[in-house]
Amino acid sequence: MTATQTPPQADAATSTGNSLDIRGLRKHYGSFAAVDGIDLTVPEGSFFALLGPSGCGKTTTLRLVAGLEEPTAGEIRIGGADIAHLRPHQRPVNTVFQSYALFPHLTVFENVAFGLRRRKEKGIDARVHEMLELVELQHLAGRKPSQLSGGQQQRIAVVRALVNRPKVLLLDEPLGALDLKLRRQLQLELKRIQTEVGTTFVHVTHDQEEAMTMADTIAVLNKGKVEQIGAPVDLYENPRTAFVAGFLGQSNLLSVHVVSRDASTVVLDFHGVRLTMPAARLSASGTAVEAGVRPEKISMAELGRAPAGTNAIDGQIIDASFIGVSTQYVVQSLADPEEELTVFSQNTSTQLHQVGDRVSVHWHPEHTFGLHEGAWIEADAAEIAS
Amino acid sequence: MSVAGAPAGPALGQAAGPAPESATRSGGLTPYFLLLPLGLALVVFFLLPLLSQLNSSLTSGGLEEGYTFDWAFGNYVEVWVDYWPQFLRSFLYAATATLLALLIAYPLAYTIAFTVGERWRPVLLVLVVAPFFTSFLIRTLAWTTVLADDGWVVAALRASGLLFLTDGVGLTSDGRVLATPLAVILGLTYNLLPFMTLPLYASLAGQDRSLLQASGDLYATAWHSFWKITWPLSLPGVVSGTLLTFIPATGDYINATFLGSMRESMAGNVIDALFLRVRDYNHAAALSISLMVAIVALVVHYVRRAGTEDLV
Repeated sequence: MTATQTPPQADAATSTGNSLDIRGLRKHYGSFAAVDGIDLTVPEGSFFALLGPSGCGKTTTLRLVAGLEEPTAGEIRIGGADIAHLRPHQRPVNTVFQSYALFPHLTVFENVAFGLRRRKEKGIDARVHEMLELVELQHLAGRKPSQLSGGQQQRIAVVRALVNRPKVLLLDEPLGALDLKLRRQLQLELKRIQTEVGTTFVHVTHDQEEAMTMADTIAVLNKGKVEQIGAPVDLYENPRTAFVAGFLGQSNLLSVHVVSRDASTVVLDFHGVRLTMPAARLSASGTAVEAGVRPEKISMAELGRAPAGTNAIDGQIIDASFIGVSTQYVVQSLADPEEELTVFSQNTSTQLHQVGDRVSVHWHPEHTFGLHEGAWIEADAAEIAS
Repeated sequence: MSVAGAPAGPALGQAAGPAPESATRSGGLTPYFLLLPLGLALVVFFLLPLLSQLNSSLTSGGLEEGYTFDWAFGNYVEVWVDYWPQFLRSFLYAATATLLALLIAYPLAYTIAFTVGERWRPVLLVLVVAPFFTSFLIRTLAWTTVLADDGWVVAALRASGLLFLTDGVGLTSDGRVLATPLAVILGLTYNLLPFMTLPLYASLAGQDRSLLQASGDLYATAWHSFWKITWPLSLPGVVSGTLLTFIPATGDYINATFLGSMRESMAGNVIDALFLRVRDYNHAAALSISLMVAIVALVVHYVRRAGTEDLV
């Protein structure tokens, strides 16, 4: 359950520019390992998210990079230089704190200028105004933070860090304090800022949607370890661990047996029904495995009318919740009443299935992913944690 | 981008809407009614005595010949001429004691608020207030023993040569501490220290600790962080602490009575003597009013200068 996939330039030796490389990072508090051997590479200029439930070590990792915590072991390199033991202000990073930590007695202008003044930089006026322009808050330069809305405070916190031109900007759940609507708006705004300035952003969040909306690459963390690293689509479509399958959206997991496997295809058996899947999407060895499929990938047909070439399972609808744009069905397998599948069905027709209807649920074999036996327990736990 | 705050606006307005309505329904006089006890107490125990004092400060005559109210402003001129040294001493001692208390209380409050663990904080706060469990008088009298001429404190001060130094500046004289300005100032400082410590603690403990992380992240050294963040944010505590110390210190006469001598007597001692021993109520009242006006003027000036309403 270690990192199974890393972005192209995974090797520290070959990484160039100002990429952030973390190697074997550990942080122990007594006997508790908050960060338990993390390796990851954040390419220069990317928007990278550390995603996981509370207590997974994502904030500790960020604080280790920021220099607010001393690592127990491991390396943190930016552009090749190990910064793991430098003092916070000696590192080419700046942090956006969860509570924003704007200085309440200073104006917006002075807040943004704070770092520049400490370093006695030149052209402070111009640089501060350039930053305020970036977030379209020039007109608030003379205000105190308490006179700003939550969203405005958040933007000031971002530019107060960015104005110092860090090589890496660290964001510690920066949208956590905002309501849902504002959060969506600021996700897009943060993404725009990142694209505009081109600085590497490392964003810590427990919100999977937030991570998927904003980040180019996501590292899913659990219990101080990296579960999987990849682009949002990869993580969602092809989760390599039960935790990722459960934490990022919902998934159906069926207990199956491997009948045969070759280089390209694996044939599975589910109570006499043959299912197939690409070999590359099966991350477990052995014969007893679990086949997973996302609820929205499943379609429903009348019993026995599943199209050829699909993975099909016959079942009976035992629950239907109408949500408007879609209906969520729970289908119980006829072969094994223990196995239930959740199906998200777009309401494209006004004819909806009823509870009690017998149907064939089917999906494209390409959409199947395979996990180790018993994965559903971990996936359920992860889904609750998300 | 300015729309960001907009959704919150109307929602807040709606939420606040019904509240005033229900308040008016139960009668617009309710708040005034609730303020009545306080208003009455202020009139009976503050306004009336003040007016009575003002009246007697402008009255001439005495116990034997009887009193006549004749706008006797001469009373004021006479007390200023006669007692300006005590008057001046009051402010000088109070200011010195306030400064000393600030210098002692700030590190103390800072330590309790920032460096001490959660478990010990309440214990230390109780210890700060603990001296109040003993009477003010007893505590002050106890200092006469501590600072006695043949006590070990004075002996140590003598041996270290510190007393020679304070003798030189005029804070002490003849190698003793008791019955010198130093003793009075130390007594004032000691007695008023909790009044300085508690407001300072409150303003420090209320500070968001992540601000210091942020300033550290923005290249500020610990020294800079203190002067740019912690200190300005604690100014409301500094202002209330210094006021709570300075005002009672200026009017105090207990410390000067027990720890000082005639040479250290303050305005409070003169008022005490005029009222209770000489029974010259007119001049005592004139001196009281002068002291009050001077304190109010100083405090107003100070608060304006500090400009604390602009903070936070």
